[in-house]
Amino acid sequence: MAITFDHVNFTYQPNSPFAATGLKDVNLTLPDGSFTAIIGHTGSGKSTLVQHLNGLLKPTSGQVQVDDFTLTSTTSNRHLKDLHQHVGMVFQFPENQLFDQTVVKDIAFGPLNFGFDENTAHDMAVQAAKTVGLPDNVLERSPFELSGGQMRRVAIAGVLASQPRVLVLDEPTAGLDPLGREHMMQMFEQLHEEQQLTVVLVTHQMDDVADYADQAVVMGHGEVLKAGAPQTIFNDPQWVYDQQLDFPTATKFAFQLQQKGFSFNQLPLTEQQLADQLADQLPAMDGKGR
Amino acid sequence: MLEQLTLGRYVPGQSILHRLDSRAKLLLSLYLIVIVFLTSNWLTYVFMFILVGGLIAMTGLKVGYFIRGIGPLIWLIVFTAVLQLLFTPGGHVYWHWGVLMLTSTGIATAVSVFLRFLLIITMATILTLTTAPLAIADGVEAMLKPLRIVHFPVAQTALMLSVALRFVPTLLDEATTIMNAQRARGVEFNNGGLIKRLRAIVPLLIPLFVGAISRADELATAMEARGYQGGDGRTKYRVLHWRSADTMAVISVLIINIVLVVFRHLN
Repeated sequence: MAITFDHVNFTYQPNSPFAATGLKDVNLTLPDGSFTAIIGHTGSGKSTLVQHLNGLLKPTSGQVQVDDFTLTSTTSNRHLKDLHQHVGMVFQFPENQLFDQTVVKDIAFGPLNFGFDENTAHDMAVQAAKTVGLPDNVLERSPFELSGGQMRRVAIAGVLASQPRVLVLDEPTAGLDPLGREHMMQMFEQLHEEQQLTVVLVTHQMDDVADYADQAVVMGHGEVLKAGAPQTIFNDPQWVYDQQLDFPTATKFAFQLQQKGFSFNQLPLTEQQLADQLADQLPAMDGKGR
Repeated sequence: MLEQLTLGRYVPGQSILHRLDSRAKLLLSLYLIVIVFLTSNWLTYVFMFILVGGLIAMTGLKVGYFIRGIGPLIWLIVFTAVLQLLFTPGGHVYWHWGVLMLTSTGIATAVSVFLRFLLIITMATILTLTTAPLAIADGVEAMLKPLRIVHFPVAQTALMLSVALRFVPTLLDEATTIMNAQRARGVEFNNGGLIKRLRAIVPLLIPLFVGAISRADELATAMEARGYQGGDGRTKYRVLHWRSADTMAVISVLIINIVLVVFRHLN
C-alpha cells in the first residue's frame, strides 16, 4: 500500500469572497516506507498538502488514498479517527499544543483518545518518551516547566505514542539549536529505518533533504512542480534558483570547487558524496599519487 | 467553521463609504442604529430599507457579503420575533392556548422587531465591511477623548483596543492550528454529547491561554525595548482627516432623521 494523490484540488473558504486556492491538480505517489521531503517557498501549499494526509483537510475535488483509507470531498469526519491514528502529524512548533498537568499524561492523551485503556496508554507514553530521549525524571513534571527543546520532544512523543504508520513532520526542527536539530533528525531517521515508517517531511533545510530523503517534491503556487530523487531535483541548478530554493551545503561547496577546476561526474549532495569524489581527484591534481 | 463568518470582517475597497473619516463613520453608524427605533409605520420602514439598500450599493461590494453577514444571526432574530409573537398580550386576540397567544399587537411587535434587527445588523455590517479594524480603533479613541476630563485612561484603552484587534486574526489562526493538532491526536470537537464536547475544548483552551500569556509577555518586552512608556505624550502616525464628504455625510444623516420623524407622524 502507498499514499497517492489523484487529481487533488483544494480551495480555502470555497464560494466566499475570501476563497483562495490551496492545491491545484496534485498527482503524487509516496511509496510505502519511503522518506519524502516536501520543499518549496513559503505559501507554496506544502502545509496544505500534508494536512490532506490525515484528513484534517479534505480535497475539494479528486481523491487521496492513504493505505486502506480513501479521502474525497464527501468523506464524513466520523470515519477519520482511524486515519488520525494511522497518520501521526507533527505540526510546526508542536510545543504549543501541550496542555495536560504532567508530561506523561499529555503523551498518553493520544492513545487514550484512540481507545486504549489507561494502563496500556501509560505504557505507550513511557515508551514514546524513551524513543524521543526524554529523561525519566521529567515524566511527572508539568510540561510548562520544561525547556523549549524538551517541550518539543514531549509534543513529538505525544504523536509517536499512538504508534502511527505514517509520520508527517511539518518543519520539526525549526527554531532548535544545531545539536538539537541533528538529534531530532537522526531520531526520525532511526524510526524510519527500524519501524519502516513512511515519513513525510516539510522542510526548508536542503541539508536534511540531501541527508535523509529518498524522494523530494517541489511545490509552487499549490502545484507539484517536480517530484523525484533529490539527485534529479538538484541536477538543474538554474531551475532550482528560479524556484527560490537553496542547495545543500556540500553542493554549494562543490560549485565553488568546480570553478577552481574540479569536476564531478555526479553532483554531490552530502558531505560523504563530496568527500568520496574529491578523494578520487586529489592525488591526480597534486601529481604525487596516494 | 470560524472562517465562514463575514460579520466583523473588512473588505478593502475604494468607495465613498470606504474613504469616509472613521470618526464620522462610527458616530453616524451609531446614530443611524439609534434612529432605527423611530420607525413605526410602513412608510418609515420602506424609507429605511431604501436607505440601507442605497448604502449597500454605495459600498460597491457584492450583496452576497451582507446576506452572509446576517446568515449566522438569522436564527436569533427569528427566535426573538417568535417570542414576541407568542407572548405579547393586547389588541385583538386571534388564538390562545395556555400562556401562548396570537394577538394583533403581538404580530405588529414581532414584525417590527424582525425588521429593526435586520436593519441594525445590515448597518453594522456596512460599517465593519468598509472600515479597517485599526481605523475603527482610531475612531473610538477620538470619540473617547472627551472622557479625559473625568480621568478616563483614553490612550491606554485605545492601545488595548488596537492590540486586541491586531491579534484577533493571529489568535484565530493559532486556535485553528491547535484544534487541528488535537484532532490529529484523536480529539473529536463535533461529536458526542454536551459533556464530551465541553471536555474536548480543554485541550484547545489551555494551549490558547498559555500562548496568549506568553505572547503578551513578549509584546510588552518588545514595546518597552522600543521606548514605550505609557500612552500620554506620544505623537500620532495615522492622523485622521475630516473632509467635506464627512460633513456632507453628517448633514445627510440629519436630513434622514428629520424625514423619519416626519414620516412617523404622517399616519
